[in-house]
Amino acid sequence: MNAEQISGEYNFAYLDEQTKRMIRRALLKGLAIPGYQVPFASREMPMPYGWGTGGVQISAAILVPEDRFKVIDQGADDTTNAVSIRRFFEKVAQVETTEKTAEATVIQTRHRIPERDLHEGQVLVYQVPIPEPLRFLEPSEVETRKMHALEEYGLMHVKLYEDIARHGEIATSYAYPVKVEGRYVMDPSPIPKFDNPKLEMAGIQLFGAGREQRIYAIPPHTQVVSLDFEDYPFQRMKAPKCCDLCGAGESYLDEVITDDAGGRMYVCSDTDFCRERREAGHVGALGVAEDAA
Amino acid sequence: MYVAVKGGEKAIDKAHEWLDEARRGDPAVAELSVPQIREQLALAVNRVMAEGSLYDPDLAALAIKQARGDLIEAIFLIRAYRTTLPRFGYSLPVDTGAMECDRRISATFKDVPGGQVLGPTFDYTHRLLDFALEAERLERPAPEAGAAVHPEMPRVTEFLNKEGLIQDEVAPAPAEDQPDDLTRQPLELPAARPLRLQALTRGDEGFVLSMAYSTQRGYAKNHPFVGELRIGTVGVEAEIPELGFDIEIGEVVLTECETVNQFLGSKSEPPQFTRGYGLVFGQTERKAISMALVDRALRWKEFGEDDKGAPAQDEEFVLYHCDNIQATGFLEHIKLPHYVDFQSELELVRKIRREADEARHQEAAE
Ligand SMILES: [Zn+2]
Repeated sequence: MNAEQISGEYNFAYLDEQTKRMIRRALLKGLAIPGYQVPFASREMPMPYGWGTGGVQISAAILVPEDRFKVIDQGADDTTNAVSIRRFFEKVAQVETTEKTAEATVIQTRHRIPERDLHEGQVLVYQVPIPEPLRFLEPSEVETRKMHALEEYGLMHVKLYEDIARHGEIATSYAYPVKVEGRYVMDPSPIPKFDNPKLEMAGIQLFGAGREQRIYAIPPHTQVVSLDFEDYPFQRMKAPKCCDLCGAGESYLDEVITDDAGGRMYVCSDTDFCRERREAGHVGALGVAEDAA
Repeated sequence: MYVAVKGGEKAIDKAHEWLDEARRGDPAVAELSVPQIREQLALAVNRVMAEGSLYDPDLAALAIKQARGDLIEAIFLIRAYRTTLPRFGYSLPVDTGAMECDRRISATFKDVPGGQVLGPTFDYTHRLLDFALEAERLERPAPEAGAAVHPEMPRVTEFLNKEGLIQDEVAPAPAEDQPDDLTRQPLELPAARPLRLQALTRGDEGFVLSMAYSTQRGYAKNHPFVGELRIGTVGVEAEIPELGFDIEIGEVVLTECETVNQFLGSKSEPPQFTRGYGLVFGQTERKAISMALVDRALRWKEFGEDDKGAPAQDEEFVLYHCDNIQATGFLEHIKLPHYVDFQSELELVRKIRREADEARHQEAAE
C-alpha cells in the first residue's frame, strides 16, 4: 500500500494529495516557528466546523498506512465525537486504530493531553476552536496579528493581573496561555491548566483550527512556559481526590454525579491510563479488582 | 454508573437508525422524490446551490431530502461534497448582459430597452393561503403557448455610465484577472472586492439580509435604488488550451442585482452615483439585492467615505461571520462534552470561595 492509494471513493485519508501537501507545508512552517499561527486554506470536511475539522485535516495530511491511530475527547476514547472521528479514519484511511496511548503513533485529541508521557516519534494532534490567545481581549484578527508581530503582549498581562486583583489568583482554568521558546504567546487549546506542564514533551505537537484556518506547532523538547507573575506563580489544579476506580492520585479526574443527593465519584479522565492501572492491579475506593484472567 | 459514560459507538448507531426512520416519516405517505424537490421546491434548491457554492440542482435536491428540509444542513452536505471535486480550471467571466432573462426590472427608469419583465415573482401576490393547493393533481389552466422571446436587454447602469453619471467599474489588470479563490486560500484581510463578493454570494441569506437591512435603517445609510435586477440563463464558457479556442460548457441560472447609490462627490471626484453589486446562483433575488447593499457599504474606503462604525462597513465583521456553515458548526459544537474544562472551572470556583471564606473567618477572629 502507498499513500496515493485510493480507498473506495475517496483518496487515502480523504484529502487529495494537493491539499495534503498544502497542509504539510503549513505544518513545516509551524514547526519552524514554534507557536506562530500559520494561515492555511482549510477545507470543508464532512463533519462540522467546531467538531475537530482542524485536527482531522492535520491527521489526514500526516497519516500513512503504517500508522496506529488513537482518538480521544475529554481524555476518553469512547466519547461520541472521538468515536465518530476514529470511524471516519477507519473508513477513509483504513489505518489500524488503538486505545492504547503507548502503542499509538498519531493521537488526535480534544481538551486533554494523555497522562502517560509521549515518547519520541509520537505525534499529538490537537483540535483547536479559537487559536488566538488574545481573541477575548481583542476581537479583531487584524489587530491581534499585529500584536503578535510586534510581540505586544501587555494586554494579556493586564488581564491576568486584573484576575489577581479581583479573585486573588489567575482565574483561567483551561486554555491557559503559554509562551513558546520565549517568543509567541500561544493558546494550548482548551486543555485544563493541569495539562500545561506536559506541553514540554518528547512528542511532536500539532494544532489545527479548521474554521479559523490556522495551524501551529510545538516541536519536541521546546520550552513552553505558562504565563504568570513571580509572586503569583502558575499552579496546576485538579480535584483533590483519588480515582475511585484505580486509586490514582496524580491523574486528572472527572467528577461524576451518581445520585440526586449530592453523591459523586471521581474517575480518571484518561480512560486508557485508568485501564492500564486497573490491569496492573490497582483498585480505587469504589473499584473492583480485575479478574486475574 | 460509570458505564453510562461508555457506549458511544452503540449510541451513535442507534441515533443514525432513528434519524433514517424520522426522515422517511409516516410510511403510509408517499415518499418524496428528488425530481419532485428539484421541480417543486426550486427556490430551496436555489438557495442550497448558492450557499453551497455548487451549481447542481439534482444534488441540491438530494441534499434537501437527506437533510429533512433543513437547508443549512443541506448546504453543508453540498459543501462537503464540493470540496472533494477536482478543479479543472476557471471559466471565462460570464456575460450577464447577454442573459436570457425570465425576469428583469429596473426601479430607476419607467421603461428601458428590452422592457420590464416581471417573470415568476411573488411580488404582487396577495399572501393568502391557497387552499386549492392542498388538493393533489390539481389541474391548472395551461399557460398560453408562445415561443419564448428574449429581446436584447442591455444593462441599465450602462445608460448612466454613458453620461458619466455613475462610477466606472474598473476592470482588473490582466495580471490580476485570476481573482483569489476563497475556497482555495485562507481569508486574509484586507480582502479585495472579488474576494468579498465571493464571501457574500455564498454567505447566509439571513445574515446578509439583516446586514443590508441595517444599512437601510441608518447604520451606514447609503440610499440604494435597484438600478436593475435580472434573473435568467447565461452560458458558461471555458478556454480549452488543447483546442486553442473557447467553448460553452454549460448554462447556469443567475440572479444579478446592481444598485445605484447616492454619492456626493469629493475634492477629486465630481458628484456621481456609485454601485453595489450582487450575483447569486439561481432565482435568489432577496439574496442578490442584500448582497448589493452590503457590497456597497463595504466600499466606504474606496469612495473616501467616513467609517461610521456600522457593522455592515466592517469587513472583518461581515466576512468572518457571514458563512452559515462555519457559524452553525461552531455554535452547535457546544453540544459536545466539555466536562474536562468544566471540572477545571468547578475546582477553581471552589478554591476561590474556600480562600475567601478563610479570609473572612480570619478577619472575624482578629
Ligand atoms: Zn483511574
